[in-house]
Amino acid sequence: MTERELLQELLDEGVELTLAELCRACSVHAETVLAMVEEGLLEPRGTAPAEWRFPGPAVRRVQVALRLQRDLGLNLPGAALALDLLEELEILRRRLQALGGE
Amino acid sequence: MKFKDYYEIMGVSPEATQDEIKRAYRKLARKYHPDVSREPDAEERFKEIGEAYEVLKDPEKRAAYDELRRGGWHAGEEFTPPPDWDAGFEFSGGGFTGAEEFSDFFESLFGRRGFGFGGAGGGFHARGQDRHARILIDLEDAYHGGTRTIALKVPEVDAQGHVVTREETLNVRIPRGITAGRQIRLKGKGGPGMGGGPPGDLYLEVDFRPNPLFRAEGRDIYLDLPVTPWEAALGATIAVPTLGGKVEMKIPPGSQSGRRLRLKGRGLPGSPPGDQYVVLRIETPPADSEAAREFYRKMAETMPFNPRAKLGV
Repeated sequence: MTERELLQELLDEGVELTLAELCRACSVHAETVLAMVEEGLLEPRGTAPAEWRFPGPAVRRVQVALRLQRDLGLNLPGAALALDLLEELEILRRRLQALGGE
Repeated sequence: MKFKDYYEIMGVSPEATQDEIKRAYRKLARKYHPDVSREPDAEERFKEIGEAYEVLKDPEKRAAYDELRRGGWHAGEEFTPPPDWDAGFEFSGGGFTGAEEFSDFFESLFGRRGFGFGGAGGGFHARGQDRHARILIDLEDAYHGGTRTIALKVPEVDAQGHVVTREETLNVRIPRGITAGRQIRLKGKGGPGMGGGPPGDLYLEVDFRPNPLFRAEGRDIYLDLPVTPWEAALGATIAVPTLGGKVEMKIPPGSQSGRRLRLKGRGLPGSPPGDQYVVLRIETPPADSEAAREFYRKMAETMPFNPRAKLGV
């Protein structure tokens, strides 16, 4: 059980990341994140970038947005729209499943 | 190594124009993108499509591949590149985009990409690549928390320059109350860094294995509970399974099928914890004896009832 001490972190709403931490986690420049905030794709707490705090799931949103842009040739508004729709679809699918629909 | 029919993979005819190939690729990429698709083999398909497009979009690679294909190879056949097969073709470097890694088949023809990256300038170092994987866990693991051993296939380049997959096992702590779609980040468990750069991280996205009894929606848990007609009509106190064990629950008199009852705080732990919703399903006892049939007929007589009154029939 030597692996037990893995540096491990659950990226849920209980986690807050600064702009720098989010950039490092997603290997992107601050400009990329700034553009995503501007687009409404990310909604950090706090007003100025230095005070921004992003919830843990923001990491996944950035990663998926980057992959959608890279792989499907989407622009940022397109990726933001796809993300919102995918998220809604996921909620509806789970609900359908929970109701025994599928 | 098996021969790959890139035209078949892309679903286009070998006579397709470059535009047709591009359109086919765009459509397939949207369909099988791992972030979009629900197909179980989406990632595999997406890689395959990316590789096929890598060859077919490039007129030089396509011409060389066509030449080879005219030699009579078919998909799935054991394949070794004929010597000097690429004589007369020019693969200008730098044409690689998109997919992360290609198959042995591709590499045997067109070489490996990514080599030489950072080799030229001195003092180059970079953080290793992040890796992503999905893990399936049981709802019980999410309820109780615990440690799970997972096996990951890690692509590596061996001494001969071939990509081989190595199996790596990791003990991952499953946090109590984790929900589907959340990520666990394992620091430093991604790809190795280059030139002394730090390794990347490993991201595990959690999903639940289907459970025979329970379904999860966020932290809430749903359970279908079969009840008898008399329990539903008269009310009853019955034992109900939850992830934390059996609890007693009151069925109010006059309940109908589909009624949803809530067991507060009996879902996945968290602040606040989820609830368990119990959906009643009335099951009728089989009329498999004369006595039972007689009893049903008596019910019909004593309690005339038209459940379809609202349907106007």
